[in-house]
Amino acid sequence: MNTNPPQNRGLTAIDGAMALIVLLLIVQIWLLSATLESYLAGHREAAVPGAIISGILFAACLGLYLFVDRIDSEVRKG
Amino acid sequence: MKWFRKPSSAPLWQDEFPVFTADERYVNRRQFTKFLTLTSFAMLAGNLWILARSLFHRSPSYPRQPIAAADEVAVGGVKVFAYPTAEDPCLLVRTGSDSYVAYSQKCTHLSCAVYYAKEENRLECPCHQGFFSIADGSVLQGPPQRALPRVALEMKGGQLLAVRMEGEGA
Repeated sequence: MNTNPPQNRGLTAIDGAMALIVLLLIVQIWLLSATLESYLAGHREAAVPGAIISGILFAACLGLYLFVDRIDSEVRKG
Repeated sequence: MKWFRKPSSAPLWQDEFPVFTADERYVNRRQFTKFLTLTSFAMLAGNLWILARSLFHRSPSYPRQPIAAADEVAVGGVKVFAYPTAEDPCLLVRTGSDSYVAYSQKCTHLSCAVYYAKEENRLECPCHQGFFSIADGSVLQGPPQRALPRVALEMKGGQLLAVRMEGEGA
């Protein structure tokens, strides 16, 4: 039996997704600063893997956002 | 699993301005998540910019520029000059009777002007105590992460010439 009040349904999933996005964002910020530092030091070979990994992290963030958007839509419309 | 929401028949304002107080928590979280995702896109744009700069990077051509006469600077002395442009201050240090080194004067941390500390025989940045080796410009201590760009020197006819920059990324 689900004891969670209807108005709180889905909030845990949304909070979890938000926490995951924050985590991914911290990694992405670090990645950008490391790639920039490396580029300024003349090591241009780090730019390609940096951009690819950043793209993957962004895709994950976008997926989580769409997940949050869908949960929000479903729960609020009952 | 469906990732996209169904198109809503309700007006858009009801999505963004909920009628019920309980719904506000969902809207706040969704909007914050959207903000985080846009921030993530900004990070990606930054990485793509670095990638574009790397792919279209052209090696700059450096002029051969006389910077000092051989006996102009005493042993342990320094001379400030500009290379390769007037906006790029550099520091020439005579470390021995026949040895000279020259580095960019801009600290690789926040571009403060470094100076030669003769007693410690190193280059020091007074802003955040970043120290650089006089031998190769590498970081000895402090917040800088990168070595100082080095000016390659040549001696010709009693004149010291700056010929190119080394270890300069962008």
